Amino acid sequence: MERSRRRFFRDAGAAALGLGYGLPVLGTGCSFSEEGTHTEGDPTNQWAMVVDIEKCKRDEVRAACVEACNRAHNIPDIPDPDEEIEWIWTEKYEHVFEDQVHDHTPHAVLEAPVLVLCNHCDKPPCVRVCPTQATWKRESDGVVMMDMHRCIGCRYCMAACPYGSRSFNWRNPQEFIAKDVNGEYPSDYPTRSRGVVEKCNFCVERIREGLPPACVEAANGVSGGEGALTFGDLADPDSEVNRILHDTHTITRRHSLGTGPNVYYII
Amino acid sequence: MLEAAFRGSKRYWILLGVWSTLILIGAISFSRQLTEGLTITGMSQDVSWGIYIAQFTFLVGVAASAVMVVLPYYLHDYKAFGKLVILGEGLAISAVLMCPLFILVDLGQPQRFTNVLLHPTMNSMMFWDSLALMGYLVLNLVIGATTFDAERKGGPPPRWVKPLILLSIPVAVSIHTVTAFLYSGLEARPFWMTAILAPRFLASAFASGPSLLILISLTLRGLKKFDVGREAIQKLALIVAYAMVINIFFTGVEFFTALYSDMPHHVHAFEYMFMGLEGQNVLAPWMWTGMSIAIICAVLLIVPKFRANERFLAILCVGVIASIWIEKGMGIVVTGFVPSPLGKVVAYTPTAPELAITAGVYGIGLLVLTMLYKIVVTVRERQQVM
Repeated sequence: MERSRRRFFRDAGAAALGLGYGLPVLGTGCSFSEEGTHTEGDPTNQWAMVVDIEKCKRDEVRAACVEACNRAHNIPDIPDPDEEIEWIWTEKYEHVFEDQVHDHTPHAVLEAPVLVLCNHCDKPPCVRVCPTQATWKRESDGVVMMDMHRCIGCRYCMAACPYGSRSFNWRNPQEFIAKDVNGEYPSDYPTRSRGVVEKCNFCVERIREGLPPACVEAANGVSGGEGALTFGDLADPDSEVNRILHDTHTITRRHSLGTGPNVYYII
Repeated sequence: MLEAAFRGSKRYWILLGVWSTLILIGAISFSRQLTEGLTITGMSQDVSWGIYIAQFTFLVGVAASAVMVVLPYYLHDYKAFGKLVILGEGLAISAVLMCPLFILVDLGQPQRFTNVLLHPTMNSMMFWDSLALMGYLVLNLVIGATTFDAERKGGPPPRWVKPLILLSIPVAVSIHTVTAFLYSGLEARPFWMTAILAPRFLASAFASGPSLLILISLTLRGLKKFDVGREAIQKLALIVAYAMVINIFFTGVEFFTALYSDMPHHVHAFEYMFMGLEGQNVLAPWMWTGMSIAIICAVLLIVPKFRANERFLAILCVGVIASIWIEKGMGIVVTGFVPSPLGKVVAYTPTAPELAITAGVYGIGLLVLTMLYKIVVTVRERQQVM
């Protein structure tokens, strides 16, 4: 009796473990086949950015980045913080890297300004939850894209993003874009309509032309801001981002969630 | 049979008039929302879902709870629920109609809602939820209409309905499970990301739905000569008692895990709900009220003497519905957004137009419910005369 019971528990345990071991193996199998399809088409490129927090501490550097982005993408300037649209903006270090601070972290570190933007994750939760594929991860270069004409404005992606990187157009944004003397918008990037979600697009319209993202260019244009932001392809072993990631200690936001952010920070 | 919905007493028309007024008020506010945008609501970049999605969640529960009368009647041949089943199915139909409407009024681009079906996305829980809800609506319409029609003619329902009835049982469970999965699958929101969320949703649904049915049955008995029978009401009361105790147990399990482990991410949400964070405590009085009512009602429901007194039972049912509405219809959805991923504590209070639109959607549900029940009551009255 005792023996058969023990055997039952052993077998039951083995069965449970088998299930436990089996599932991750199944998962790996699936991801293998997914990667397989990637290599058949385009090589799996992945744009990435390295943010040097120290070099971004000067207000002029960050202001130049944000201003360049706002102009490049006709981002409205909505005064109400509850409705503000943000693609790249500044947050306090203690809020960006919650797990990296403790009770004895110096005040200056807690309060240090950090530029934040969409992380263009390897496994973006926003893409996983979107019911219409209005947001998707572009296979050719890993940019998390938005289709403003397909988005139904359900805001499920905003609930799913662990970085607060997505903004919803609660009202018509066009009324809040400053026009120049000729009545023109700052750039020819399409303005959005009310009721859709938007976010940083890694300047796909610029990288297509071989230009760096607007924020990177702007940072490099400020004296002392050179190299504050670095942009490049992780698939290219000679890229500047790969050189930095190889030589320097960098961190990503909320790494433990497993989303695989592609914006890295030098602290 | 349907013509009964368009003929009725003065009292019936007044009731329809009240629901229509609600719909009108809602429609006026909704047209404002369509032109100005969701800016007229109390939602924000940080609390990006509010009362609309919360009502959706609450009503999916009400819809799913029909299974609590369907299962005993069809699976266990529990005859006492004979007259009640059609009321349960009617309640499910009206609740499940309101669910997509609450999603619709929450959309930034409501005219694009068909995109969910035009671009079916297997990895989105929203897609599966729409499928399950549509399936459940169709099942209840078909089952309700055929069984009621057969009963009217005095014969047994056609044989092909039986498999559909059996299918409706797991589908009822699935609609609320998938609705919980909308929340519990998000690594960004530690408050929602808990395996007990779906069981907890089901438990609270099986308490609130049958409570509503008890109130409806007692009202119908008072208004008309339509009586589901004392035994049916008492059995429902027992179901409510069990479901309420399980619901409180599941909530207690949540409290323990969060508070004993003392992990900041998990504690913050509960702190926000019951005490407030950074001086923001709009939810706290509601949550305390809801929790107190829930516990008092559960304790009193357990005592057979109190349950047996129908007048007292009605009060307890109102309490159960109120406490679960506070928990699901406000607490759970809003608290998931506080604090935000960037540590911000932003308060949310629904605005007047937002409440008007909410009332409008409830008006549609109540209008449908009233007309369905009118048909049921009229046909049954006719049968009694014959």
